[in-house]
Amino acid sequence: MKGWRELEIGAVTEAGSADEYNTGSWRAFRPRWIEENCIQCLFCWIYCPDSAITVKDGKRGEFDYKHCKGCGICAVECPGKKGKKAIVMEEEGK
Amino acid sequence: MGKVLAVTGNQAIAEAMRQINPDVCAAYPITPSTEVMQRFASFVANGKVDTELVTVESEHSAMSACIGASAAGGRVMTATSSQGLALMWEMLHIASGMRLPVVMTLVNRALSAPINIHGDHSDGMGARDCGWIQLWSENAQEAYDNLIQAIRIAEHDDVRLPAMVCLDGFIISHSIESMTFLPDEVVRDFIGEFRPKHPLLDVNNPVTYGPLVLPDYFMEFKRQQHEAMLKAKDVVLQVAEEFEKVSGRSYGLFEAYRLDDAELAIVVLNSAAGTCKDVVDEYRDRGVKVGLLKPRLFRPFPYKEVAEALSGAKVIGVLDRAESFGGFGPMYMEIASAMMSNGTNPVMIDKIYGLGGRDFMPEHAAQLIDELKEILDTGKVKLYKDYLGVRE
Ligand code: SF4
Ligand code: SF4
Repeated sequence: MKGWRELEIGAVTEAGSADEYNTGSWRAFRPRWIEENCIQCLFCWIYCPDSAITVKDGKRGEFDYKHCKGCGICAVECPGKKGKKAIVMEEEGK
Repeated sequence: MGKVLAVTGNQAIAEAMRQINPDVCAAYPITPSTEVMQRFASFVANGKVDTELVTVESEHSAMSACIGASAAGGRVMTATSSQGLALMWEMLHIASGMRLPVVMTLVNRALSAPINIHGDHSDGMGARDCGWIQLWSENAQEAYDNLIQAIRIAEHDDVRLPAMVCLDGFIISHSIESMTFLPDEVVRDFIGEFRPKHPLLDVNNPVTYGPLVLPDYFMEFKRQQHEAMLKAKDVVLQVAEEFEKVSGRSYGLFEAYRLDDAELAIVVLNSAAGTCKDVVDEYRDRGVKVGLLKPRLFRPFPYKEVAEALSGAKVIGVLDRAESFGGFGPMYMEIASAMMSNGTNPVMIDKIYGLGGRDFMPEHAAQLIDELKEILDTGKVKLYKDYLGVRE
């Protein structure tokens, strides 16, 4: 580990380094995406307080479970299709 | 030579800010520092400076905006007093922890309650441990000179810490006295261009400010801040030396007044030092060996140098314009630490004076010197900490 003389002052670090940390391990509930109920509205992507909904070419993909905290906001906001949610929360480890 | 003008302390500060021409200034008005920003705002409105003036909704926001602007890469200044500084408190630590050289004027005022708008040092002393460099000023001239030097000190590569320049509310901020201004171009050349270290606006080299740092690395960053403070002391002297070349006015870590052969010494900050010096002269005329030490740099505190300057004194009276309820005043604690770590052991008493702008008169200084003399003659101390100028 580095001593105080070797560290950049003010704890200024490289940009985006939080990406390397597995903060998904804090999760107690795990969102599951049910693709057939998804209308690709991207509400989940907008509402996610982390950046745990991956989006490519304007379409949502899998959750980024390395960073998803399992807060459940996406599941609440998801309109789904014909009353059927496209995101459900499930207890971790079950 | 610069112009000699009669101005208020606040006007002197606003003029220094005009000459410094910072990139960003975020501030919220509060008595007695309001006039600083009021005058500076008119400089902005009249195109006398290029500063982006951010009018915010509170001092917490003022300091937050200063931090953001400084991290973005700007030279940033602000001014406040009392409750304003208290409201900034959380952000003061963030500015110093992120090593952002924000420069602030603190027009010293008492903290509520009861509410009071007049000068004492409880605001500045309350911010003692926030990691900011503190320069204290006896009068408008010193405040002006300190503010210009503070830019160089704060931005120095060995330092990179925020700095506050303190002057007494009303007594200095609102009294008119004559002082000498430097020409604009002299100030401009003296401070030079700001070279930010990791500007957030440098989008080609993105960085993170304010990451989470856990027990494994936190202490190392605090140790760095301490180191920067230690180095700041030398930088203060270097900058003072250069400042003397352009201004003819000389500054040190403190002012020693008739201290060389003094058996009795007074330690006092800011405007009351002027009153004390007059009284010291009167007692000197009567053959009493009394002198005075007026700290200029309070953070970092120059323990060794202060102790050496006071090493001949047998009895020291420290004047504190701030209370530490149930403890000694903040200045007393520094002087006691200085003497103790130097191995000298004079008798020291602490006097709390001037709270909430209570006038400090020559007779108060005389009362203190009489008491110091009595201690020298009898070896007896009545109270190590007491109030001066309070009604029983
Ligand atoms: S559970 Fe929370 S953190 Fe995880 S994807 Fe949904 S909104 Fe984002
Ligand atoms: S909020 Fe629900 S429906 Fe909308 S994109 Fe996300 S998962 Fe699909």
